[in-house]
Amino acid sequence: MSNNPEFVKFDKVDKSYDGKVLVVKDLQLDIAEGEFITMLGPSGSGKTTCLMMLAGFETPTNGEILLDGNIISNIPPHKRGIGMVFQNYALFPHMTVYENLAFPLRVRKMQKDEIDKKVDKALSMVSLNGFETRMPGQLSGGQQQRVAVARALVFDPAVVLMDEPLGALDKNLRESMQYEIKHIHESIGVTVVYVTHDQSEALTMSNRIAVFNDGKVQQLSNPSELYEKPVNSFVAEFIGENNTFNGEVSDISGGKCKVKLSNGEILATAISVKSKGEKTTVSLRPERALIDPSEKMDNMFSGKIEEVIYHGDHTRVRVNLLGNSEFILKVPNSTSNLELKVKQDIKIGWNSSDARALDPK
Amino acid sequence: MSSETKQILTTDGIPLEVSLKKAEKKNKIKAFLLVAPLLLFLFITYVFPIGEMFTRSVDDRMVTNMLPKTFKAMESWDGKELPQEEVFTAFYSDFKLLVENETQGKLGQRLNKEKNGFNTITKKLMRLIKRNKIDESQSIKEQIMKIHKRWANVEYWQAIKRTAPPYTMAKYLKGMDMYFAADGSIAQVDEDRRIHRILWLRTLEIALFVTIFCFLMGYPIAHLLATLPMKYSNLLMICVLLPFWTSLLVRTASWMILLQTQGVVNDFFVMIGLVADDNRPTMMYNKVGTYVAMTQILLPFMVLPLYSVMKTISPSLMRAGKSLGGTPFVAFWKVYFPLTIPGIGAGCLLVFILAIGYYITPALVGGASGTLISNQIAYHMKATLDWSFASAMGLMLLSGVLVIYWVYNKLVGVDNIKLG
Repeated sequence: MSNNPEFVKFDKVDKSYDGKVLVVKDLQLDIAEGEFITMLGPSGSGKTTCLMMLAGFETPTNGEILLDGNIISNIPPHKRGIGMVFQNYALFPHMTVYENLAFPLRVRKMQKDEIDKKVDKALSMVSLNGFETRMPGQLSGGQQQRVAVARALVFDPAVVLMDEPLGALDKNLRESMQYEIKHIHESIGVTVVYVTHDQSEALTMSNRIAVFNDGKVQQLSNPSELYEKPVNSFVAEFIGENNTFNGEVSDISGGKCKVKLSNGEILATAISVKSKGEKTTVSLRPERALIDPSEKMDNMFSGKIEEVIYHGDHTRVRVNLLGNSEFILKVPNSTSNLELKVKQDIKIGWNSSDARALDPK
Repeated sequence: MSSETKQILTTDGIPLEVSLKKAEKKNKIKAFLLVAPLLLFLFITYVFPIGEMFTRSVDDRMVTNMLPKTFKAMESWDGKELPQEEVFTAFYSDFKLLVENETQGKLGQRLNKEKNGFNTITKKLMRLIKRNKIDESQSIKEQIMKIHKRWANVEYWQAIKRTAPPYTMAKYLKGMDMYFAADGSIAQVDEDRRIHRILWLRTLEIALFVTIFCFLMGYPIAHLLATLPMKYSNLLMICVLLPFWTSLLVRTASWMILLQTQGVVNDFFVMIGLVADDNRPTMMYNKVGTYVAMTQILLPFMVLPLYSVMKTISPSLMRAGKSLGGTPFVAFWKVYFPLTIPGIGAGCLLVFILAIGYYITPALVGGASGTLISNQIAYHMKATLDWSFASAMGLMLLSGVLVIYWVYNKLVGVDNIKLG
């Protein structure tokens, strides 16, 4: 497959609804052919607006959207050939499952036997054969979701948009649907643009994730990089758990920096700080800080346990460390378990490569 | 024995069903008491009057009660030739009793409706009885036949016999411009006197067209109401409901001001040069006026059910239709429109039923063409005091509505109606 790296292109797109506030600011985003890209962000961050502009239900205030090299800003939604899965499925309640799936094919004036073949194929893809004559109201939430996915794919669109499609499902069903959608994507290689505010959903499913905040893409990278190497404190905060220290850079050299806190000094990797005296927020993942580390680490401090919370596979320990009483540690529940008690003093260490000095919060 | 062992018992040994009934009994009584006032109200204001109306429309016991002996004697009469002496004697003794009670006038009027000329001959008979001119020792038949030649005419005796059954469908036949002929068969009235059939057809026609106009105008308004942002839709909703807050008569009167030949609308047409000043179109005292005024008055009844249904249709359905490749029209026609059918059904049924019984507005705005069946009912209630005929026509109207309701149920299903 010759992958076009700019299959979908947002070129300097701005969007405003009221002429006062920009919902999307200067969006520059390339989506490769066959890619599963997720737009992740809190509500009101502009991710759904981007999706609606791509689908054609909203027009960009400025800039262009290109699909396979063609400007599509002036093409109405029904001529774009983009499949879409809606938040509440948007199945046609007065049509059977078969008629729902046949709708996009019938408006394209396909032959009856061809429609039958395609509907059958799409239904087997979501393992719903035999449900043709059911009405959407007779299906469970998960089944409706699968019909919606099948309907968005049945007419072989180049791009499929999914707008928080799993939001209404319960946790277990959501997880199994995540894998199902991921497998469908892998097997047919369609380009998927997925919108969600659920970070674990984004991390499990996507090739790349665009983190939106305040109308801008904060970071665009693959899931592991996003988690391991957040480029700013919003991304660090939004993706996964995060311990933070606010302080001031006291020394900087060779990619490392010393950060002076209110009571102590820590060593961190300099990411968005450039010079001495800058304010910064240092971010550290809870599982990267260890209790009584056996090996030598360049940050070693002692703190007092404030709270111990049992979580089954791991225990969370809240520690007062360097004046931060919200410092969280994740301790795996292995056989050689430590005795952790409230008010106990413990030694905690981490490597400066895991501590990232980002922009101040 | 085996059936008893199958029965599920509670821990106290009482059968579960009995125990459940006992537990639910209190709730059932409570629920019934809560709706009892409404049931009573419905009975007094709805079931009872309609029942009363029905009895009144078929009731024909007046003559039966006035001439009991006559009808008894007439049982053996074949009704082809003049009746026997006994019938005349029985009639004479019945009539004499009426004269003594001075109620014979009612009988004369009633029989006169059955056969013209009865009023004169009963009056003549009454006068003779009062003056004691009838010799009861002689043949009554001979003496009565001598009073007036009509008494010797078999048709008049046939007419009396026709009033014998305590119930009659004559009023219903009259409502359809038909009557019982002398031989008891059903006949049509003369063509130039078939007034009721014209009125029925006109009523149906006006109700039908008003429903169509209301639908054509109400659908876009309801759609706008359901899709506009809240602050605009509230304003529009007030505009839709505004007519409800104005008296029906005031609205009708304002239409008269607007539509008359020298009225505002015509003035405007003349001003913009659409029509010549000496050639102003008549928009009132004809069907145009009736359609305009009734459509405006009944429009909210179409808009509200449509609105309540459209409000529940998710906008993402139209979007889904478009994103799947349907043009805006296809998305509307295949997705949106079928989902609004319950509202269309409810609105049309409501408007049609209200329009079919409309009364004041067509009478004021419609002129000669504005006389509908309801006006006829009112006329017989107030002017001719023929309440049984008014009741019969009222029931015919009611059954017409029930038929429409039944057809609607067959076509769309009443369960699909949504009023809000």
